[in-house]
Amino acid sequence: MMAEPKTLFDKIWDSHLVEEKDDGTCIIYIDRQIIHEITSAQAFDGLRESNRPVRVPDAHLLVADHNVPTKGRADGIKNEESRIQIELLEKNAKEYNLPFIDFLDVRQGIVHVIGPEQGFTQPGLTLVCGDSHTATHGALGALAFGIGTSEVEHVLATQTLLQKQAQNMRITINGELRPGVTAKDMILAIIGKIGTAGGTGCVIEYAGKAIEDMSVEGRMTVCNMTIEAGARAGLIAPDQKVFDYLEGRPMAPKGAAWEQAVAYWKTLTSDPGAKYDVEVEMDAGDIEPQASWGTSPEMVAPIGAVVPNPADIEDPAKRETVEGALKYMDLTAGQKMTDIYVDKVFIGSCTNSRIEDIRAAAAVAKGRKVADSVYAMVVPGSGLIKEQAEEEGLDRILIDAGFDWREPGCSMCLGMNGDMLEPGERSASTSNRNFQGRQGPGGRTHLVSPAMAAAAAVMGHLADVRELVDTEAAE
Amino acid sequence: MKKFETFSGVAVPFPGHNIDTDRIIPARFLKTIKRTGLGVNLFNDIRYNADGSEKEEFILNQPAYRKSEVLVAGDNFGCGSSREHAPWALTDFGIRCVISTSFADIFFNNSFKNGLLLIRVSPEQRDALLEDAARGENARISIDLENQKIVRPDGEEIPFDVDAFRKHCLLEGLDDIGITLNSSEKISDFEARQKLSMPWMQGARV
Repeated sequence: MMAEPKTLFDKIWDSHLVEEKDDGTCIIYIDRQIIHEITSAQAFDGLRESNRPVRVPDAHLLVADHNVPTKGRADGIKNEESRIQIELLEKNAKEYNLPFIDFLDVRQGIVHVIGPEQGFTQPGLTLVCGDSHTATHGALGALAFGIGTSEVEHVLATQTLLQKQAQNMRITINGELRPGVTAKDMILAIIGKIGTAGGTGCVIEYAGKAIEDMSVEGRMTVCNMTIEAGARAGLIAPDQKVFDYLEGRPMAPKGAAWEQAVAYWKTLTSDPGAKYDVEVEMDAGDIEPQASWGTSPEMVAPIGAVVPNPADIEDPAKRETVEGALKYMDLTAGQKMTDIYVDKVFIGSCTNSRIEDIRAAAAVAKGRKVADSVYAMVVPGSGLIKEQAEEEGLDRILIDAGFDWREPGCSMCLGMNGDMLEPGERSASTSNRNFQGRQGPGGRTHLVSPAMAAAAAVMGHLADVRELVDTEAAE
Repeated sequence: MKKFETFSGVAVPFPGHNIDTDRIIPARFLKTIKRTGLGVNLFNDIRYNADGSEKEEFILNQPAYRKSEVLVAGDNFGCGSSREHAPWALTDFGIRCVISTSFADIFFNNSFKNGLLLIRVSPEQRDALLEDAARGENARISIDLENQKIVRPDGEEIPFDVDAFRKHCLLEGLDDIGITLNSSEKISDFEARQKLSMPWMQGARV
């Protein structure tokens, strides 16, 4: 008898199944966990209270990112609560002998940037972190998802999680992205189409020519925002690009183990005929540069469009939600997207802070100036990315254009470290969430790609990057 | 964890869709290293004015809803961040059960780990419960997990589904790490098998 064709998700799930209970709840083995300072202190307290050891110390990697200052950090952390959390992370790492990267180390950075960068993230692994954007790591073919603090403790103590198997969803992006359109525009367009609950209960596998053509960094941007579509994990079948990306990274397998690993990784594709519970298809050629206008990531529009009119929405609850969003965002129905003026521009976050993102921003900034009315900052995703950008001279281009060049961390994506919007301020941001107050109480966020953020910085308002740079030539 | 017992309480209507965890508890309150004391910051930015005074119009500030124990919510409640501070803030405030048509996955898991029961109902049932909740203290709703039913103020019963394992843990107040550790031997067997077939997967030092 032929074996039932399996999806990539089924394969990774099955290879990590420890036990299945009567009601379908499973014990799933977790190979790796990344731990940061915001969602872990209470988990370590739990271990201490119940006097439990960490089952596999080497399966974890600890690094601070959410709370770290992005300027002058060598002088220490002035905010006392932040300092306590960061010191506690180090103390817990030492007490339990867990791999740890200090916040002054050049390898420090955002958890979802440094996992792949260090080779900690690998195809076929199960990987978790107390952060919803753990979906990012699926770009390398790892089954990766965000968990809460109780589950962080569960993984520390048992190296497993209790879960029911999610459903399979596949989003196929056919054709090619047009010049000036990026991975960020693609994922925003996807969320705009399927909605913020479109993937609830599913693992989303991304496929199709536009995904195959995409760089590993771009795939990370797509998988990163899978959670904004309601799915806990995004997955892309690993290919030669992923193997090339990983080879030689500090924590990647070496020598004979590398050969053995690659041979296994090559089997990590969905079988022909594998069944998906939900299928969505889109054409990459239809995707325009996007910007969000509302307070949920599904509230997006092509840059050439206008702010929608709630009166056109039939469902009263949805109409009310859009009315509320426009009121909060201080926008008028029918207003051109390009007539939205911004106060701040943030280029960074686990969605868009990799070298490719900084290159894209610098390409727009080159020879231009940030508008007088705008404050713009660039926060690289890790110390190593910052170093590489400086070697390429990207920092000079950005600084000369008037951008603030910062040290790595989560920064203004969620405004925990003091980098934030003031009440009523409006940003163009390469981050992932435009929720009310996300970047600071009363702050208003427009989600865009790095190139579009740089365009907004120099124009002073949301703008179509294709009108600023010769995108054909840039290809 | 405390055992989940049948209760009847005031329900608060919270009809907006896609209430995210940043709304439930903004990120700046995540600097705490404790699980307790977050109730005061529940829904902080829509509950208080900039000077810290209460917004009169916010529903949980109104006398009838200050002791709410059930929250009846719009679709996709708890979307966004994985912060367990969201259920910690809800339970610390006194909420013991949230009813909606749908919940975000991570929030769903986090809630059950903290004794907070989440119940999925149909849109029609949710709308009916929103109407009950609008009557404040005059319309207490009963939650009976053992028999898997919501009892409306007029006595009408709404049955609901819940995973057998989650129900068991809630009713008994069980710590699921303890339960998983009962399977230690199976976990060790898995590790031994993986070490043979895929040795590179295990461990990685910086």
